[in-house]
Amino acid sequence: MYLIMKALGGALLGACRDLAPIVLVISLFQILVLRQPFPELVSVLTGLGLVIIGLAFFVVGLDMGLFPLGETLAEEFARKGSLFWLLLFAFALGFGTTVAEPVLIAVTREGARAAAEAGLIDNLPAAIHRYALQVRLTVALSVGIAIVLGVLRILRGWPLPILIVGGYVLVMIMTLFAPAEIVGLAYDLGGVTTSTVTVPLVTAIGVGLARSIRGRDPLTDGFGLIALASLTPMIFVMILGLFLH
Amino acid sequence: MELLFDPVKMLIATARDVLPVLGLLVLFQMVVLRRPLPRPGRIVFGFFLVLVGMACFLGGLDLALFPLGRTMALQLAASAQSGGGQTWAAYGWVYLFAFLIGFSTTVAEPALIAVAHKAEEASNKAVSSWGLRIAVAIGVAVGITLGTFRIVTGTPLYIYILVGYVVVAVQTFLAPRMIIPLAYDSGGVTTSTVTVPLVAALGLGLASTVPGRSPVLDGFGLIAFASLFPIISVLAYAQLAQWMVQRRNGEE
Repeated sequence: MYLIMKALGGALLGACRDLAPIVLVISLFQILVLRQPFPELVSVLTGLGLVIIGLAFFVVGLDMGLFPLGETLAEEFARKGSLFWLLLFAFALGFGTTVAEPVLIAVTREGARAAAEAGLIDNLPAAIHRYALQVRLTVALSVGIAIVLGVLRILRGWPLPILIVGGYVLVMIMTLFAPAEIVGLAYDLGGVTTSTVTVPLVTAIGVGLARSIRGRDPLTDGFGLIALASLTPMIFVMILGLFLH
Repeated sequence: MELLFDPVKMLIATARDVLPVLGLLVLFQMVVLRRPLPRPGRIVFGFFLVLVGMACFLGGLDLALFPLGRTMALQLAASAQSGGGQTWAAYGWVYLFAFLIGFSTTVAEPALIAVAHKAEEASNKAVSSWGLRIAVAIGVAVGITLGTFRIVTGTPLYIYILVGYVVVAVQTFLAPRMIIPLAYDSGGVTTSTVTVPLVAALGLGLASTVPGRSPVLDGFGLIAFASLFPIISVLAYAQLAQWMVQRRNGEE
């Protein structure tokens, strides 16, 4: 209990430090450039307090819950030695955490609305909804495939740069063929997919796997899963664009 | 008294985000691996902290920072436009805001904190968590600034991305091998809960106020910049560190 309190205290200080820049930037612009008083100061200060407490809890919880669980799972999968279950788990993790991601839902909805305004799809609620859902499922599928590929890479020791640079070449080729209206959305979806819960978990699993397999280094082999998960959605969404338009 | 923030609603929303992940992990642990978890109480408490922490964090952002940041982004875009903003230089404040907001939101990004923390541990402290985060934040700041410049000037997105990819490919050959996977990862990590809403507002605000831009073609793409440039800046940071070590060794 004492250790938890001590960790929380440290995390609270860290959270204040992490949030100081953004508070400074917003205050400066509000006062110097826009020259407006702060609206609803009480609610802003309450919110700020919540953000600091929230970040501190998150960081402490990460060390106690998400990180150890991810690493234990990875070690036990490595000990069990069943490739099928490990890859199934990798796919389920990638697909499952992405498909319900709130940021992804918001961005695909915006994208669908923008596409409807541009006349790419019918400007009807049903058509917009269907388009957004298709893009969202495509992204989730591509993240699932990316995690499977990344886990295989750790197991087999494939060099990451070849996969990534190869992926870049694919993105560029697809950019030439995909409709211009979907390119911006596709590029953005690459960065959007990896959420605050998924990233620590996927990282812990990568590092845990690399640690429990002989001849793999946690730093050079354990990282790289997120990179793949940000690359494949771009390629897959542009392929979807080819089919839809 | 008017309730400023609804803790129950926020907690339910976060639980919907976290519980499926937890369910998946428990399912595989029970059904496939069939082994009891070590120290289950501690892990459950940790998950509980993550849940409560995210609920407070997101609720607080919605209450304090997002409304301000969004209005600010829209107002800046509109005022640059009305102040005779026919040339790209009239958008000076927009660029400065883009740079600072990119930097400061990245420093506060929880996912990046997690990865930097893990990287420090996995490298036995050879990679400093704080140094990595600053390098990533500078990358995002430069990326977002260039992204707003692109929206203002209306140059096509893929040219910037193509050049960025070429730079990354060249750096991959030159940078120390151990940093490469981490650098690639930091591209995808940077843009989540804090950065995306503010940056997307800036992009869409600019695209709808600058004459001749369409939100479809130009409003998106800022996040792509924010995911590409950190790769370059982290690789550069590692190259710089290596170069300084080599120079010091050369002098001795």
